[in-house]
Amino acid sequence: MLKARVIPCLDVKDGRVVKGVNFVDLRDAGDPVEIAKAYDAAGADELCFLDITASHENRGIIFDVVSQTAEQCFMPLTVGGGVRTVDDIRRLLLAGADKVSINTAAVRDRQFVRAAAEKFGSQCIVVAIDAKKVSKAGAPDKWEIFTHGGRTPTGIDAIEFAEEVVDLGAGEILLTSMDRDGTGNGFDIALTRAISDAVPVPVIASGGVGNLDHMAEGIVDGGATAVLAASIFHFGTYTIAEAKQHMAERGVAVRLD
Amino acid sequence: MSVAIIDYGSGNLRSAEKAFQRAAREHGVSGDVGVTGDPDVARRADRIVLPGVGAFRDCRNGLKAIEGMEQVIFEHVAASRPFLGICVGMQLMADRGLEHEETEGFGWIAGDVVRIEPTDPNLKIPHMGWNTLVEHSSHPLLDGIALGPDGLHAYFVHSYHLAAADETDIVATSDYGGPVTAIVARDNLAGTQFHPEKSQTLGLALIGNFLNWRP
Repeated sequence: MLKARVIPCLDVKDGRVVKGVNFVDLRDAGDPVEIAKAYDAAGADELCFLDITASHENRGIIFDVVSQTAEQCFMPLTVGGGVRTVDDIRRLLLAGADKVSINTAAVRDRQFVRAAAEKFGSQCIVVAIDAKKVSKAGAPDKWEIFTHGGRTPTGIDAIEFAEEVVDLGAGEILLTSMDRDGTGNGFDIALTRAISDAVPVPVIASGGVGNLDHMAEGIVDGGATAVLAASIFHFGTYTIAEAKQHMAERGVAVRLD
Repeated sequence: MSVAIIDYGSGNLRSAEKAFQRAAREHGVSGDVGVTGDPDVARRADRIVLPGVGAFRDCRNGLKAIEGMEQVIFEHVAASRPFLGICVGMQLMADRGLEHEETEGFGWIAGDVVRIEPTDPNLKIPHMGWNTLVEHSSHPLLDGIALGPDGLHAYFVHSYHLAAADETDIVATSDYGGPVTAIVARDNLAGTQFHPEKSQTLGLALIGNFLNWRP
């Protein structure tokens, strides 16, 4: 049977991993390629790079990082951050990314999702949705899309947006709760469940993992088919194997080979 | 021994090339593994690997766009040399692809490429992630690979699969709300729906077996 996926995510800036990783002895804790190899060996099911490089002149570095990673890791790699044009996607795929994640550009222009899926196939087009709860306490749940790291509201309903981008060809949704991101309080399960139920494609739950129960809850209660986490792995709080073992004990089928 | 991974503009082939080179080293196979879009290079290869991502028709058209490449592949297969199709490269071995519109395949494996329809409506499409293999018939490509529910996993990303008309062409399936075709083979032909180049232990073992295969 198909297994739930555990996906570590690395923030990469100017070719270096922000904050670094200390779960294993690395010669260079900021080298994304070396960290990718360590996660590959540790049993991660996929890897995600989020490129947060701000300066235009350093934008090209990520392509080198991706190509070196693809040469050394035989696992699926998703790359996001600053993907704005069909040419950005082409270059990332040619460098060795298996999937490309689109965020702001999809909010600005939905037709970009269609163009990307028609050009490269839905299987490699992920739309990253950053959502925040906007409904008042007691009112029915409502989530809105936010951009710029959760600072800029768009007025777009998250569920409607998810349905729309999937209709346009997105093959997967990477769903981040901006309310939970960085809190360690667990996924926004109601949000995850609402989006998972609304779309026929796989949903990756993201934002808020603080312990291993949270990861299992994203799958069991949220209906996601994959869970993404950063700090709990990077800081060595838990290993990938511990996460999977715990998920298995909670009845979630995972890959342990 | 030379291996040609055919480049016809369908996605990135760097990881496929690296995976084949690594498997060759690990299995003690000496020779060249290279990515090529040149029919003359492909003609000289002992083994041909045909990858493919995206839509069936786009892949077929992409291949046709390289003058002489399909002819080289057909001659290679007719000469009983080993051929491995991966993902849409495997699907192209069928009679027809029914994704979007009907497109003719190579006609090597009887059957059509049809949308996956899991019996459980909660299962997501694409079938994306790691799944185990159910063996239907033994094949050298699976030598030494642990199969079944407790076996190794392969990485899949697809919404369509090859519904083979002849049961004996199916080497392995995966369970996803019903059987999904995972490996087909006949004579000197083999194809995997999953991505061996992304499937870590299972993938490198299967590639090694392909490099040592003497059909």
